[in-house]
Amino acid sequence: MSQTPETQQAKAAFIASKVGLGFWIYLMTDLVLFASLFATFAVLRNNTFGGPGGPQIFNLPYVLVETIILLTSSFTAGLVTISVSRANKRLALVFLAITFVLGLSFVAMELSEFSHLIHDGNSWTRSGFLTAFFTLVGTHGLHISIGLLWMLVMGYRIFKKGLTVNTIRQVTLLSMFWHFLDIVWIFIFSIVYMIGVL
Amino acid sequence: MFGRLTLGAFVHDPITEITIIATMLLALVGVIFLFKFKLIGWLWKNWFTSLDPKKIGVMYLCVAALMLLRGLADALLIRAQQATSVGASHGIVNADTFQQIFSSHGTMMIFFVAMGALFGIINMILPMQVGSRDVAFPLLNSISFWLFFGGVALINMSIIVGSFSNAGWLAYPPLSELAFNPGVGVDYWIWSLEIAGIGSLLTGINFIVTILKMRAPGMTLMKMPIFVWSVLCSMSLVTFAFPILTATLTMLALDRTIGTHFFTAGFGGDAMMYINLIWAWGHPEVYILILPAFGVFSEIVPVFSGKRLFGYKSMVVALVAITILSFTVWLHHFFTMGAGADVNAFFGIMTMIISIPTGVKVFNWLFTMYRGRIRLTTPMMWFLGFIVTFTIGGVAGVLMAVPAIDFEVHNSLFLVAHFHTMIIGGVVFGIFAGFTYWFPKFTGFTLNERLGRYAFWLWITGFCLAFIPLYILGLLGATRRLDHYVDAGWQGFFVIAAIGAVIICAGVGMQMLQIVVSIVQRKQNLVIDGDPWNGRTLEWSTVAPPPEYNYAIVPEVTERDEFWVMKKKGLQKKTNIVYEAIDVPKNSSFGIFIAVFASLFAFAVIWHIVWLVIVALIITILIIIFMLTRDREDDTISAKEVEEIELAAEKNRLYA
Repeated sequence: MSQTPETQQAKAAFIASKVGLGFWIYLMTDLVLFASLFATFAVLRNNTFGGPGGPQIFNLPYVLVETIILLTSSFTAGLVTISVSRANKRLALVFLAITFVLGLSFVAMELSEFSHLIHDGNSWTRSGFLTAFFTLVGTHGLHISIGLLWMLVMGYRIFKKGLTVNTIRQVTLLSMFWHFLDIVWIFIFSIVYMIGVL
Repeated sequence: MFGRLTLGAFVHDPITEITIIATMLLALVGVIFLFKFKLIGWLWKNWFTSLDPKKIGVMYLCVAALMLLRGLADALLIRAQQATSVGASHGIVNADTFQQIFSSHGTMMIFFVAMGALFGIINMILPMQVGSRDVAFPLLNSISFWLFFGGVALINMSIIVGSFSNAGWLAYPPLSELAFNPGVGVDYWIWSLEIAGIGSLLTGINFIVTILKMRAPGMTLMKMPIFVWSVLCSMSLVTFAFPILTATLTMLALDRTIGTHFFTAGFGGDAMMYINLIWAWGHPEVYILILPAFGVFSEIVPVFSGKRLFGYKSMVVALVAITILSFTVWLHHFFTMGAGADVNAFFGIMTMIISIPTGVKVFNWLFTMYRGRIRLTTPMMWFLGFIVTFTIGGVAGVLMAVPAIDFEVHNSLFLVAHFHTMIIGGVVFGIFAGFTYWFPKFTGFTLNERLGRYAFWLWITGFCLAFIPLYILGLLGATRRLDHYVDAGWQGFFVIAAIGAVIICAGVGMQMLQIVVSIVQRKQNLVIDGDPWNGRTLEWSTVAPPPEYNYAIVPEVTERDEFWVMKKKGLQKKTNIVYEAIDVPKNSSFGIFIAVFASLFAFAVIWHIVWLVIVALIITILIIIFMLTRDREDDTISAKEVEEIELAAEKNRLYA
């Protein structure tokens, strides 16, 4: 049947409002997941079982660089949203690519930190503290990786289809997801690393 | 190639082997039957891939009913063992099998029967009650169901390939750790619940958005039917509690699979952390189950008392209060942990406080009945059974909220009796009441009242016989999960409990008979106008069974019991209605495929089949990407078709 542009627009807006609310609730559930992991870390952080503790293994300047990279990527993710709202497809793709590269470098740095730890015999099997550390930070890294995969798909879709109602809606969700992970990282940086080196 | 999966996994003791072969043969006959009569295509098209929440609800109920029979068989075995295993006799099964049986009983009943049946009822009723044509995310709903089904399939598969968990229904470490439990049973348990749990989480999000965004125009929050409120609260709990379950199970899985030390006995692990985390999910979980049951009763009591619900606002406040407080009481499950007097006192007091809003609800129901014109139908009998048993169980609960008393009865049969009183008397009776109450809405005929009454009396008699002895045994010092005891003085109580369990089974048999007889004699119990009970809420305003789109004209709501008010004003036959075309979501098989590959992934992890883990994971991700990037598809029922359906229904209403 033929739909007038107005009803189509109203329908799209309704879908966007449903999906937006649903996604917000999903983010809150993810936050509870992280809260459980933070609580676990708080319980296990002194259970080093003779192995190294935070001060021995954390390299604060290195993690600070990671943090700055991730915060910058959040900024560029914001620029993607702005470009989309100005209907500038090329600029959106450029900023999406920059965000992707920054996110990828963050994951690479994290993996390098992990591999050094494992290489030194300080893997998750070493102690309760390291178990909690790897799981909390690793879960964040896994989320970032999912975000990167999402960016690839998103970029391809924007490239192919342009800025349609669907892609614009998904860019909004993606940037919400990305900012959310940023906030979680701030807590990881403060609670795990900064308090950890004390 | 196949990890730790060897032919040995298929070898069991003879009794289990015979059961498995018999089950497989039965399944084979079923499959041949489906193909022979070309039913499989019909099922696939009309049921499996359907996104209609009413049909998804029916599928939930069918799975839950099957699992109820399994859980009931486990219960009978537990009772038979404990009735016979005294002194020199060691009962009918060995200790290891007994452990598997009670683990299976708890897991089945909570995760797959209670949750499944409630999700079923919510799916069928909720969209209609809020005056909506659908849920917010129909495809997500189908995915949720199939993930739930994936969990069911996995946990049942554990009996055939491998073994069932023997670590109890919550798999406390260190017993559930690799060092003490090297088999696959606990892994099956973990991954089955992970998959079903993610399904539940998605359902939670889906229904919250449905309630907040899809209500009929005019239905403000305080005009929602009380069942909708109860679901909103319950689903909020789902979204806040299930992530904790996911995190906890993942930690246990990591401990068992890659050698982390969350809950291990050595290396700085902390087993009590698991107990805290699992109950931080587990206590809200019992309210996830009971709140919708409260909602069901709050719908039934006003209808069969011919009065509006007493204290609607206080009911809502009580629901919300329970929702919030349910996160502050988890430690009462293990006062014996040794957290100290202050901590125990806090959680003890919170536990007593949470009984206050629950008590408010009990009084509201009673005041609703007071001076009402009560019709003693089967749903109402389930309610009366509930109010008695639930109050007794609640009092036992408040008793145990006193830490000093809890130290005496901790892990005893007194506790087992308490939570069965709450779950059977509360949740299960609620499900039965709701099932009987809403059955005619979806089939067009009511259930046989006489057989329903018989079933109720069998259930309530069996229930009392099965659980009152357990209270006494608990006080005498019998702990839970005993496969053998020496005190011959206990045996009499255990025998009475076993008789009670058999009577409950007779009750279930009576319910099955009731359904069959009702279907055979449906002509006598036809529901002509779709409103057999003189209902008050919107779902009764449609024909029975309702069309796929629920409402041809979306109702405008002005009052709380909207349909009641409409009837009071006099139903005006609307003429010259202009029907509009209605979009309904196209059938989709994404749910099935995602669940199949997610379950395959879990199976591979359980058996350490590395290549299959990778393949299944990649396929699952690809399916999800494909699903999310395709364009939305809807079927459109044209205005003319809607008109034809509505006119045909109108005709039935007049001439049936």
